[in-house]
Amino acid sequence: MSKTLAEKIWADHIVSSAADEPDLLYIDLHLIHEVTSPQAFDGLRLAGRPVRRPDLTIATEDHNVPTLNIDQPIADPVSKLQVDTLRANCKEFGVRLHSLGDSQQGIVHVVGPQLGITQPGMTIVCGDSHTSTHGAFGALAFGIGTSEVEHVLATQTLPLIRPKTMAINVEGTLKTGVTSKDIILAIIAKIGTGGGQGYVLEYRGSAIRALSMEGRMTVCNMSIEAGARAGLIAPDETTFAYVKDKPHAPQGADWDAALSYWKTLHTDADAVFDKEITINADELEPFVTWGTNPGQGLPLNSNVPNPADITDPEERGAAERALTYMGLTAGTPLKSVAVDTIFLGSCTNGRIEDLRAAADILKGKKIADSVRLLVVPGSAKVRLQAEAEGLDKVFLDAGGEWRNAGCSMCLGMNPDQLKPQERAASTSNRNFEGRQGKGGRTHLVSPLVAAATAIRGTLSSPSDL
Amino acid sequence: MDKFVTHTGTAIPLRRSNVDTDQIIPAVYLKRVTKSGFEDGLFSAWRSDPEFVLNKPVYNGATILVAGPDFGTGSSREHAVWALQNYGFKVVLSSRFADIFRGNSQKAGLLTVILPQAAIEEIWQMIESDPQISITVDLEAKNVRIGSKIHAFQIDDYTRWRLMEGLDDIGLTMKKIEEVSAFEGKRADFKPKTLPALQ
Repeated sequence: MSKTLAEKIWADHIVSSAADEPDLLYIDLHLIHEVTSPQAFDGLRLAGRPVRRPDLTIATEDHNVPTLNIDQPIADPVSKLQVDTLRANCKEFGVRLHSLGDSQQGIVHVVGPQLGITQPGMTIVCGDSHTSTHGAFGALAFGIGTSEVEHVLATQTLPLIRPKTMAINVEGTLKTGVTSKDIILAIIAKIGTGGGQGYVLEYRGSAIRALSMEGRMTVCNMSIEAGARAGLIAPDETTFAYVKDKPHAPQGADWDAALSYWKTLHTDADAVFDKEITINADELEPFVTWGTNPGQGLPLNSNVPNPADITDPEERGAAERALTYMGLTAGTPLKSVAVDTIFLGSCTNGRIEDLRAAADILKGKKIADSVRLLVVPGSAKVRLQAEAEGLDKVFLDAGGEWRNAGCSMCLGMNPDQLKPQERAASTSNRNFEGRQGKGGRTHLVSPLVAAATAIRGTLSSPSDL
Repeated sequence: MDKFVTHTGTAIPLRRSNVDTDQIIPAVYLKRVTKSGFEDGLFSAWRSDPEFVLNKPVYNGATILVAGPDFGTGSSREHAVWALQNYGFKVVLSSRFADIFRGNSQKAGLLTVILPQAAIEEIWQMIESDPQISITVDLEAKNVRIGSKIHAFQIDDYTRWRLMEGLDDIGLTMKKIEEVSAFEGKRADFKPKTLPALQ
């Protein structure tokens, strides 16, 4: 029977299946971090269970770690306890851990791909909703809660109800200055934050195939912002070339076997999706969010919308609340909105290509006096690579701050936070109320828009420079 | 996990849509390494507002949260479920839940019930006109009863059975562990391993 890509991967991982029960799915890779794992390890200890497959498990420290003075003990004792707990748990249960200061430490979704342990056709989970990032490789990857983390640690499986499938066809060619971030923000604005609930999204079409692996990761990363637990892209030559030279890539005969399997990983021509939508890439513009959920976005050339124009009462109420929280007035051109902070980083846009793109714009220029620019590489390895290319100098010479790797201001768990009413242009993934610090206001943008905004001090695209 | 068959209590109307898990509990409250004590962070940004529904004394002791659509979007933090449970909630009603939040709630024993938005609106109005009105959420009969109204809801039979029996998912999977071993025996050799560490 014809299958979609997601259905093929699902079928290849079914351990057991029975009528009126969830399928029991095998998990190929379990990524761990300090925030969502301590209670799961506690559960194992209470039940006297080991980690079933430490060799399919890997941990890193990212959410709660400082990005300054990483050679010093973590200053906040509660944060320190959480990180120390991860270290103790990994030691006790034999789990590989990349700690702060290690050259492979970084945001869990940056680390997996750069080590080459993220490969096509795998099932990948992590106690983090942005696990969908790994879908860029044609893997079925999704975020789980702590109960499920414990379940995977104990059994290397998860009982799951099969999701529906949705095709998102992005056809055409992106204009200069329009990026993968703008594609996904436009998709979320179109289908809404609940549009993907119950679905696995498959991003398809010429504009997706033209993206680099890092661009594809940005798209898949924000699937959860459209409500979908997972989003994926069929692997192709771009994928294979990216994986080939990574440390954990299959070698020799294993590579040949892997490649021939990976080449079967595409949606069959006559397979049927439960839902399909189409986006015209030719028409896309740099995008920015104006509200407090990622679906509240518009092309940067637009004005702040008027809630009175929205017919749905729930959406209208949400828009009114969002404008109040964001301190914005309907009708204001988005490009006139001044920001205080630029955050360049996160599992969405903290990879080397993101830093290169921003540095290209900032090279030889100064950021506006009114803004601070925080550049946080997605991993220690990205940081080292950027330094080898001199990108750190570009950011520092422009007046920015060059930090160590971690989630940082994306979720405001470590000391990198907005103050109340501070406004950020952020390359991260969530503009929720208080996400980047209590009372802070977030506009989600691409690295290009972030860099241009840093120079002008108001929301801007590179074409405004 | 405690068994959930039926629950009767009073409710709080939360007239907001898209209440994401950062609103339910912000990241700065996620540093604890236990499953308790998260009630302090529940809706923390809104708790300083005396007009926020949770702060209204008429709703003291409520155990059922009646929320707007798309409740629990965003982060996968199960701390959001624990915060609601630590505060005393047993049930959340909404017309739409985010997938991960709903999954987490079903693992942790917080019942999430989906009702049409029109029913949610009606329940909101009934609570607002009588904050002490009693609501019964009956998982066995698959309905929510308030006043003379009965709202039927759907839930898959497997999850319902597991919640009603208070069964731990891991224990259930352990009964199939030989099938897991058999599956592992057939996995392709080219699949990556994290150990030994290659860099």
